[in-house]
Amino acid sequence: MPAEAVRMEGIVKRFPGVVANAGIDFSLSWGEVHGLLGENGAGKTVLMSILYGLYQPDSGQIYVRGEPVRMKSPSVAIRLGIGMVHQHFMLVPRLTVLENMAVGWEPCLGPFLHRAAMKKRIEALVEQYGLSVDPEARVEELSVGEQQRVEILKALYRGAEILILDEPTAVLTEQEVEALFKTVRALRDQGKAVVFITHKLHEALALCDRVTVLRKGKRVDTVPTSETTPEKLAEMMVGREVVFRVQPKPVSREGKELLRVENLTVHDDRGLTAVQNVSFALLDHEILGIAGVEGNGQRELVEALTGLRPTKAGKVSLDGKEATGLPARELAKLGLVHIPEDRQATGLVLPFSLAENVILGRQRENGFALGPWAQLRHRILHYAEEAVRTFSIVAPSVRTPVQNLSGGNQQRVVLARELGREPKVVVAHQPTRGLDVAGMEFVWERLLELRERGCGVLLVSMDLDEILMLADRVAVMYRGEIAGIWPRAEANKYKLGLAMLGGKVAAR
Amino acid sequence: MRLAKELALVLASLALALGIGAAVAQLSGLSPGAVYRELWRGAFADRYRLFQTLTQATPIMFTSLSFLVAFRVGLFNIGAEGQLYMGAFFGAWAGFTFVLPPYVHTVVALLVGALAGALFGFLPGWLRARRGTNEFVSTMMLSYVAIYFTSWLVSPRGPYHGTQWANQTVRILRSAELPRFVTGMQLHWGLAIAGILSIFLWYFLFRTPRGYELRAVGQNPGAAHYAGIDVPRTMILALTLAGALAGLGGAAEILGTHRRFIEFFSPGYGWDGIAGGLIARAHPLAVIPAAILIGALRAGGMGMDRAGVAPADFASVLQGIVIFFVVAPELFRVFRRIRRERRALVHSQP
Repeated sequence: MPAEAVRMEGIVKRFPGVVANAGIDFSLSWGEVHGLLGENGAGKTVLMSILYGLYQPDSGQIYVRGEPVRMKSPSVAIRLGIGMVHQHFMLVPRLTVLENMAVGWEPCLGPFLHRAAMKKRIEALVEQYGLSVDPEARVEELSVGEQQRVEILKALYRGAEILILDEPTAVLTEQEVEALFKTVRALRDQGKAVVFITHKLHEALALCDRVTVLRKGKRVDTVPTSETTPEKLAEMMVGREVVFRVQPKPVSREGKELLRVENLTVHDDRGLTAVQNVSFALLDHEILGIAGVEGNGQRELVEALTGLRPTKAGKVSLDGKEATGLPARELAKLGLVHIPEDRQATGLVLPFSLAENVILGRQRENGFALGPWAQLRHRILHYAEEAVRTFSIVAPSVRTPVQNLSGGNQQRVVLARELGREPKVVVAHQPTRGLDVAGMEFVWERLLELRERGCGVLLVSMDLDEILMLADRVAVMYRGEIAGIWPRAEANKYKLGLAMLGGKVAAR
Repeated sequence: MRLAKELALVLASLALALGIGAAVAQLSGLSPGAVYRELWRGAFADRYRLFQTLTQATPIMFTSLSFLVAFRVGLFNIGAEGQLYMGAFFGAWAGFTFVLPPYVHTVVALLVGALAGALFGFLPGWLRARRGTNEFVSTMMLSYVAIYFTSWLVSPRGPYHGTQWANQTVRILRSAELPRFVTGMQLHWGLAIAGILSIFLWYFLFRTPRGYELRAVGQNPGAAHYAGIDVPRTMILALTLAGALAGLGGAAEILGTHRRFIEFFSPGYGWDGIAGGLIARAHPLAVIPAAILIGALRAGGMGMDRAGVAPADFASVLQGIVIFFVVAPELFRVFRRIRRERRALVHSQP
């Protein structure tokens, strides 16, 4: 058997508007845990999905065990002994562990499933890799960590020797992470090859033999973990240079606290603490950036602040008024608006027309309705036409469904609506995600305009460049807490990158 | 333009269905020409038959509107049949129990019927919004509850067994009758009420903030929640309204056509409403022609049977083929949407 399990050469994958992989080389040896490190959107998952046959590369060559192969579909990958554990589990909750495994290798006893034979094989695997799972338990009754073990078990059961784990620790507790690491080490010691996708620095260093760092679709470097440091990896991940495309103007600040958050604690959908004891204040004429790797509590923080998620503890005040736990509609009346993270899933009703979307959330306002029983249609249409002009929205007409508009124009519709409410505080969550450069610049200019007008803007973003370009102060969220807040003059990519990845930085 | 496209699609499906119907007739040893001639004559030949078609179409208009309101909020009201029965019985009950001046009595009886139907819409709505119970199943099951509950009420052991020779209530008072357009024919003012309701519902859905909110919840509950709309409440409201519409249809059918509640009186008007709502592409104004189409198939089918060119069973087959083909394109869209939602649900789980 050749020493190399997998080799990928010059992998290119384009999606409309983005190059996810721009000619990536990657190699994986037997008996190795290979970390694939990078920020969100760096191209890690896409690269591995190509290896697993979920995507076809636009160009590039894949070798498995030294043989050139074409991964037409996951079934080809499975036949070649490749298994992938996705972030989102692919299990049937109502079936037992054993029944879930049966898909793929079904030993039969006449017309029936040969349960005993299957059980034996599963138990052997459980023994070998320390994956404690009861084969007769129903998947829906298992914890997230156990379900993940089932996924790994399923891959091994199908004969996987090359295992891809896509951000496996994102959903696990501390103890479960330990158990997972033990399993992965056992796999390595058996001579199997493991790809460990992560954006957590310390995990990569603790577990992997080699690490490949990706940034914006390109491979930065591949290094043995013994020859690197957290600082070096952080720098590789975030890069050094910041490209300034827009420039904030100097403003005179009154020092009014437009938004004040004290000891805020918020739970996620599973009831676990996602935001813990977070405190900060947002001033007038200020953009406060919140940086952090996705999944460190930013979403829950934003939802709690905008009235979409209950708060567990703590206090929020808006321009001096108590605003803890108020619903979105009440907050909007007090002058807080929200540019949501996902404009298609949350910000817009795609089949609705542009005019209908421009009043979403404002449908009962006096300017647009006479009580609940009559809309003022000409006013709505007139307002929409005005929004199209002010925000340079490109659309055939205000009656066009927004699903027919480009991403940039959809975002302009959201901005037109929310900024049209003359807010005091704007919570902007990933406002430029998925936009082209022109679209980004448009959003940035609007945010800076708000700041000059005296608004407070909370800019939650995964893009460090964006935050360093726009924000007056930068906070970093890590594991639901604020790891530190720095004035922009004292912040740099290296410092923030390290804090985002859980490194200790002297904070003020 | 969208309207023209949809209309062309419906007409093409109709033509295709009639073509296949002709083939089935031929294979069954019937004469396709005679079958269609009698179908047409049975439905539209003279004033009597046209009125017969419209009489059949009236309750279907109500149940189609019922299906459509729920559909617009993203829910399936499969229970219009039961809501219709509730409205029918309690409309009749108000009709023979209360003593009121003419017309006032009619209006009160109609409202009581609507209220009874609304209850059977509210229950599954509440269960769906607060407990997550699948409304598809609950509305359908409640349908049977309503059908057999009302049947028991008028059975020999029930409290409202009104006549010895059949399981039905006593006759409603004259003051509660819904007037007929022409004496001697069953066609009654329920048709006008249904027509007015179609227009009212169009206005409600497309010209009021409440209707806007209802549609927003149906198209994207996530965005509706973000916009400060109370999603569960809107769902309950829509299903309650759906129940009220079907209930009103049942009450109108009793007060206008039968003048007493008779067990199992509906030949499936509630189920026809599902087809009617889908043929109309969930548009309230399109419900009027859609219900007339189904009513014509029903009335024409009876005509075919009477003329002896085909048995009544064949009329049912033809109805099935036509409804299937005209509904199918919309049904595909619905299933695609359900599948997409399922997939989104799977992906949102950690």
